[in-house]
Amino acid sequence: MTTPFTPMVSGSALPIDAPAPATSRNVAHRGGAVNPSADALREKFGSAVRRVDVVWGETSVVVDGTRLQEIVRWLHDDAAQRYEYLSDLTAVEFRDTEQPIEVVWHLRSLAYRRFLRLKVLLVKGAPLEVASVWPIYKGADWFERECYDMFGIRFAGHPDLRRILMWEQYKEGFPLRKDFPLRGRFSRAEQLRQALAANPEARYSMEELSIADAFEDLPQEMLARLRSGEKTGE
Amino acid sequence: MATIKRTVEVELSTSGMDAQGRPVRTPLAVAADGSTVTVAAPPSMEPELEGEHMLINLGPQHPATHGVLRLVLELDGETVVRCIPHIGYLHCGFEKIGEYRQYNQIVPWTDREDYLNSIGNNVSFILGAERLFGIDCTPRATVLRVIAMELSRIASHLVWLGTTCIDIGAFTPFLWAFQERENIYSLLERWVGARLTTSATRVGGMAADIPSGWTEQLQTFVTLFPKTIDEVERMLTKNGIWVGRTIGLGAMTADEALNYGLSGPMLRASGVAYDVRKDFPYLDYETYDFDVPVGTNGDVYDRYLVRVEELRQSTRILEQALRRLPDGPVNIDDHRVILPPKSKATSEMESMIHHFKQVMEGPRPPIGECYVATESPKGEKGYYMVSDGTAKPVRWRIRPPSYVNLSAIPKMVEGHLLSDVIAINASIDIVMGEIDR
Repeated sequence: MTTPFTPMVSGSALPIDAPAPATSRNVAHRGGAVNPSADALREKFGSAVRRVDVVWGETSVVVDGTRLQEIVRWLHDDAAQRYEYLSDLTAVEFRDTEQPIEVVWHLRSLAYRRFLRLKVLLVKGAPLEVASVWPIYKGADWFERECYDMFGIRFAGHPDLRRILMWEQYKEGFPLRKDFPLRGRFSRAEQLRQALAANPEARYSMEELSIADAFEDLPQEMLARLRSGEKTGE
Repeated sequence: MATIKRTVEVELSTSGMDAQGRPVRTPLAVAADGSTVTVAAPPSMEPELEGEHMLINLGPQHPATHGVLRLVLELDGETVVRCIPHIGYLHCGFEKIGEYRQYNQIVPWTDREDYLNSIGNNVSFILGAERLFGIDCTPRATVLRVIAMELSRIASHLVWLGTTCIDIGAFTPFLWAFQERENIYSLLERWVGARLTTSATRVGGMAADIPSGWTEQLQTFVTLFPKTIDEVERMLTKNGIWVGRTIGLGAMTADEALNYGLSGPMLRASGVAYDVRKDFPYLDYETYDFDVPVGTNGDVYDRYLVRVEELRQSTRILEQALRRLPDGPVNIDDHRVILPPKSKATSEMESMIHHFKQVMEGPRPPIGECYVATESPKGEKGYYMVSDGTAKPVRWRIRPPSYVNLSAIPKMVEGHLLSDVIAINASIDIVMGEIDR
């Protein structure tokens, strides 16, 4: 039986005894081939590129946070780079409290089969803020919301930066920070008390309630509470 | 949004239905001379609701949302104007817990994120951990891991196929798909002892080698499985109802799909031939002969075609892996990272020390970081791990493919009908365990 489905990229199998590619095996812990985009970045942006590391065959480029959006846009648009795919966006906080928090972007250039890791270091004590890459990659939307939710890092320019995995009234802080205890900041009794005191009607955000007449149709008592500043939504 | 016009030759269409699977309704009346004339449809009895939008809450407890996904929809009549997704109902803090666990202790958590692909996640995670340790597994373990990944890809696609059929209104293919999935689970059960939560891998090897007679059982499965794919295809691919309910829905162009970060069958259905197995190969995938199916329109129908073709290609890979499965040990011979055999641990001093150190302290990778991506059934599944030289990772990050795929759902459903939201949502192949983690 044939499908109406013909376009296909045919497989090209290497012979089994061909030399293993350097991508997955025989990679050194430190050093090795640097992604050519790192040199191109140095040439183009100069001092905005702070450091280039190669760890386990992957190139990490630490860049200046203030020029991040400019750098990512160039990587995305330049015909010799074409980093059109944002694989991942996350942050790392180290156990050593002196070390700055790292925000990490994993970019892929599908055309040239390259993988590049960009990093911005955020010093603790200063406001944790970095430019959003949402105008360049729409896929960054939920990544940045999650990063804000878990680490409290604000992404300037994100259209709708609010919590995503935790609910909107979550008061315990940012769970993936190292000063956040594994069992949560509040005691079990306090967590239970808050859960029982929550308003079960407030399942919709104000934005959702503003749709059509839904807001006006709410019970008077709830309307009064909402108007007096009670937060809704999850 | 551009509408897509395509012709699909429909074989099993029911009489009285058009090619799109919609019933042909022509109100008829008999004139005085006995001939039939067409009359206009009667005026609608519905009250005028123009301009009034409705708020519909879909989920989190709804069988067609494939878990605890909640969509708040703004409707104009039956058309979706806006979609606001809410996730996080299943959030368990896997990444936080991982910072308090040794690498081998994280493996059981990887079972539970994308629970339809549990053994595939085990392999993906351990590839990342082994990169961090700077070790390679044995040739036998490499082939066994390929077999594990392809088996779980087939199992996951079968669950997707069955549940999507249920969502769209076909019941029988669900039974066929789950029957085949049962064969895969009995294979896994004989191998690692568990069906769903496999925890099959360890740093430097596997928890167990395959038992005797296992390859023959797998060979039987590989031989018989393509017949089931043919049956499913005969039932669905040219079925008028199926085509009518899937074609042109939730279409994403190649540029949009790339920009939204989609991966896996979602991206390939839009025409971007990005498969991690081909582009950034791991586990010697570059030495296997298989094709990457690529769609053209990026709608629900193309995603179905891509996934069905992937079932065939996975079977091809399984055949090749069975042919080349080498003999030899399944674990590497380095007892700083992998437990020595129990008989040695109770009889030799050195092995006993290794055993003690590993159980009490755990193996320690050098300082470093790595991002290892594999092609999971849902797309690019990445594990980003950072080590500070201790036995527990500083950061263990999952890059969940269905999280990113789901983030494009407002873009995909807006402008479609409420009933199409179910079909589009089903086509994303989400697993909430992976999205909420």
